[in-house]
Amino acid sequence: MLGEGIIKGLAETARNFFGSYFFAERLTTVEYPEERIAPFEAARVFPFLVFDGTDALAGLRCTSCQICEKECPPKCIYIEKSKDKKPDYVGRMQFYPARFEIDIAVCMSCQICVEVCPFESIKMNTEFELATTDRFGGLLLDRDQLAKPNSYYQKIHPAEAATVDARLGEEKAKFAAKVKATSDAAAAKSAAKALEGANG
Amino acid sequence: MIGFFDQIFVLLQHWIVSFLPAAWQSAAGVLLAVVAIICLFPALFALTTVFERKGIARIQNRLGPNRVGPYGLLQPIADGIKSLTKEDIVPMSADAAVHFLAPVVMVVAVFMGFAVLPMGRNMVLVDMDAGLLFYFAIGASAELAVFMAGWSSRNKYSLLGAMRAVAQMISYEVPLLLSGVTVVMITGSLSLTKIVAAQNHYSYGLPHWYIFTPWGCAGFLMYAIAATAESNRSPFDLPEGESELVAGYHTEYSGFKFALFFLGEYLAMFSISGLGTTLFLGGWSAPFSFLNWVPSWIWFFSKLMLSIFVFIWLRGTLPRLRQDQLMNFAWKFVLPMCLLNLFVAAAWRFMGDGWLRWVVCSAVLIAAYVTLGWSEMHRGKIGPRSYRYAE
Amino acid sequence: MSIVFYVLTTITVMGALAAMLLKNTVHCALALSVVFAGLAFLFMSLDAQYAGWAQVLVYIGAVAILVVFAILLTKGSETPKDGVFSRTWFVGLVIAAGVFAVLGWAVMGSMKALPQLTAVPQVTNLDIGNALVGRYVLPLEIVAVLLTAAMIGAVIVAIHEKEGQK
Repeated sequence: MLGEGIIKGLAETARNFFGSYFFAERLTTVEYPEERIAPFEAARVFPFLVFDGTDALAGLRCTSCQICEKECPPKCIYIEKSKDKKPDYVGRMQFYPARFEIDIAVCMSCQICVEVCPFESIKMNTEFELATTDRFGGLLLDRDQLAKPNSYYQKIHPAEAATVDARLGEEKAKFAAKVKATSDAAAAKSAAKALEGANG
Repeated sequence: MIGFFDQIFVLLQHWIVSFLPAAWQSAAGVLLAVVAIICLFPALFALTTVFERKGIARIQNRLGPNRVGPYGLLQPIADGIKSLTKEDIVPMSADAAVHFLAPVVMVVAVFMGFAVLPMGRNMVLVDMDAGLLFYFAIGASAELAVFMAGWSSRNKYSLLGAMRAVAQMISYEVPLLLSGVTVVMITGSLSLTKIVAAQNHYSYGLPHWYIFTPWGCAGFLMYAIAATAESNRSPFDLPEGESELVAGYHTEYSGFKFALFFLGEYLAMFSISGLGTTLFLGGWSAPFSFLNWVPSWIWFFSKLMLSIFVFIWLRGTLPRLRQDQLMNFAWKFVLPMCLLNLFVAAAWRFMGDGWLRWVVCSAVLIAAYVTLGWSEMHRGKIGPRSYRYAE
Repeated sequence: MSIVFYVLTTITVMGALAAMLLKNTVHCALALSVVFAGLAFLFMSLDAQYAGWAQVLVYIGAVAILVVFAILLTKGSETPKDGVFSRTWFVGLVIAAGVFAVLGWAVMGSMKALPQLTAVPQVTNLDIGNALVGRYVLPLEIVAVLLTAAMIGAVIVAIHEKEGQK
C-alpha cells in the first residue's frame, strides 16, 4: 500500500533517535581530542628509527646501508653515511648515519623502507599529531627526532617487537657463541702451542 | 490569574502603549507587535537550526554539534558570526540589482505571512476578513524571489535550480490551496480567527479540531505534503540538492545573503506550519477542555514546534524525490485526492450529525487512497528509457 | 484623492514606464510585477480587500511567473540587437490612443450612469461568494470551461511534441 514504506522508515528513524539517548553503544562517535581510540597493532603513519638501550646514538640500529633510501618510491629519505664506525648490538663495527632525514610531507606511508631494512632499524610509528606551523622545515624530521627507544617500539607494536627482539636475540646469541668458539679455539691453540713450546 | 498569563502579551502591549498620546496608540501597538514578531521568529529559527542538526545527527546514530555551548545550543551564534563576517561575493556578470533584491523580497514576503496567524487568544497582528487569501497571495510572491535569485546569478545550474524550484512550488500550490479551501468551505469564512474559533469547541472533553474528522485528516495529510514541497524541504529539496546542483538557486550567494535565504526558508517553514496548525490542528486551542488553564500561545507554539519536529524527522528519513517523480506525485495523486476531499467535505456537511457521515466519508477516502496508491505504484513500466532533450 | 492614492499611482505608472523602457526583458517582467502590486494596493485602498489579494495571488503569483517562464524558454532574455523600440512606433501610438479613448469613454459613461453614492458599499466575502454562484454563475462556468480548454490544449501540444520527437 502506498505510504507503508514511509511509515516503516519513520518508525526506524524514531527508534534510532530515541535509542541514541538510552543505549550508548548506538553512538559510535569518538569525541576527539578528549577521547581517543587506542591504536591497533598494524597501524602505521610515518617511519622512525629504533635504538637499543638508552643512548640514541650508541644504540642506533641503522648502519646507513641506504637500501631504504634507494627503495623509497617518492624518495623522501636522505641519508649521509658517517666516516667512522661504531659497534652495533652484537659488537661488530658498523657505519652509522651522520644525517638521516625523512620529509613527512612527501612520505606516503607505504612501509617499503620497513620491509627492505635488513637490520630491523626503521619501523612505522603511529603518531599522527605532527601538524606544525613551519611549512618547510617543520615537516622535515631529522635523525634525532626520528630516533626512538626499543621500549617505545614494544609499546606501539607489541607483537612485532616481540618477534624482532626474538630474532635479534638469536643473532646475538649465535654471534656470541661463534666468538666464544673462536676464542676457545684460539685459547686452546695458544695453550697447546705454549705446552708444546714448554715441552719441546 | 489564569487569564492573566493567557493575555500577558496583549496586556503588556496595552501597558507600553498607554505611555503615548492617544493619536499614536494604535500605530504604536501595531509597531510593537511587528517588532515582537521580527525578534521572536528569527530567535526560533536559530534554535531550530541547532535542533535540526542534533535531531538529524541522533537519527543517524551520531552526536550533533556539542562544542559551542551546553549541548551545542550556542551554535547558531557561531553560525551567525560566520555568515556576517564572510566576504560578500557577487559574480561579475551577475545582474547586481536583481541579485541584491532577491533575498530581500524573499524575507519580506515570508515575514508578511506572519501577520495573519493567530498565535493566541486575541493575539493576531491583523485580523483580516480574507486572512487565508492574504497568506496564499504572499506565499505566491515568494516564488518570484526564488526565480529572481536563480536568474540573476547568470549561472546555468542556479537557473536550473530556480526553474525546478518554481515549477515545484507552483505545482504544489494547487493542493495547498485546495486543502485550505476545504476548511474554508466547512467554516464559512476566510478569516483565520474565525476558523480557530470554530474549532475551539469540546464535546466529552475532546476537541473539535478538523484533523479529527475524515476529510480533515485527509486534508491535513495533503496539506502537509504540499507544505513540505512549498518550503523546499526534504524529500522535495531537489532545487537545493547539495549533491546535484551545488546549492541550486542560492549557489552564487555568500555570507549574509545566503543566511537571509536560509532564514527565509526556515521562516516559510514556520509560517506554513503555523497556518496548518490554525487550519487543522485548532490553532491556539487546548487538546482537552480541562487543559484550558495553560496559556493559548503555549499551545500554538507547541503545535508549531511539533510540526517542525515532524519536518526534521521526515528529512532524516526519506530520500529525495526526483523532479519528474515529484511532479507526477503532485498532479496525479495529491491533486485528485484534494478534489475528492472537497466533495467528501461537502457530503459531510450535508449529511448532518451522526455516525453515518463518519462511516461514509472515511470509507470513500480510504477506498480512494488505496485505489490511487495502488494505481500509482503499479504503473511504472520497466523498459528502455527514452530521453527528451531540450531544444 | 489622498496621499496614499498619489504614492500608489506614482509607483504603478513608474513601473509601467520601466516595463516599457528597460532593455533587459526580464527586468521588464519584474517591473510589470511592481505594476501588479501597485494595482492590488489601489484595490485595497478602495476597501476591496478580496479583489486586491486575489490580484496579488493571480497576477504576481501566476501571471508574472508565466511571463518570466515564457521569456526564458524563448530567446527573449537576450538584448535585441537593433534596440527596444520598434520602427512602427507611430502606428502603435495611434492604436494605444484609440484604446485609451474607448476605455475612457466607457468609464466616464458608467460614472454618469451610476448614482452618486455617499458611502462606500460594504461588500463582504460572503456577498462576493453569493454573487459568484448566484447571479454570475454563467460567466463563472464559462471561465472555468475556458481554463479547462486551455489546460487540455497545453497538454495536447506537449504530448504532440513528444510524439513528434519519437
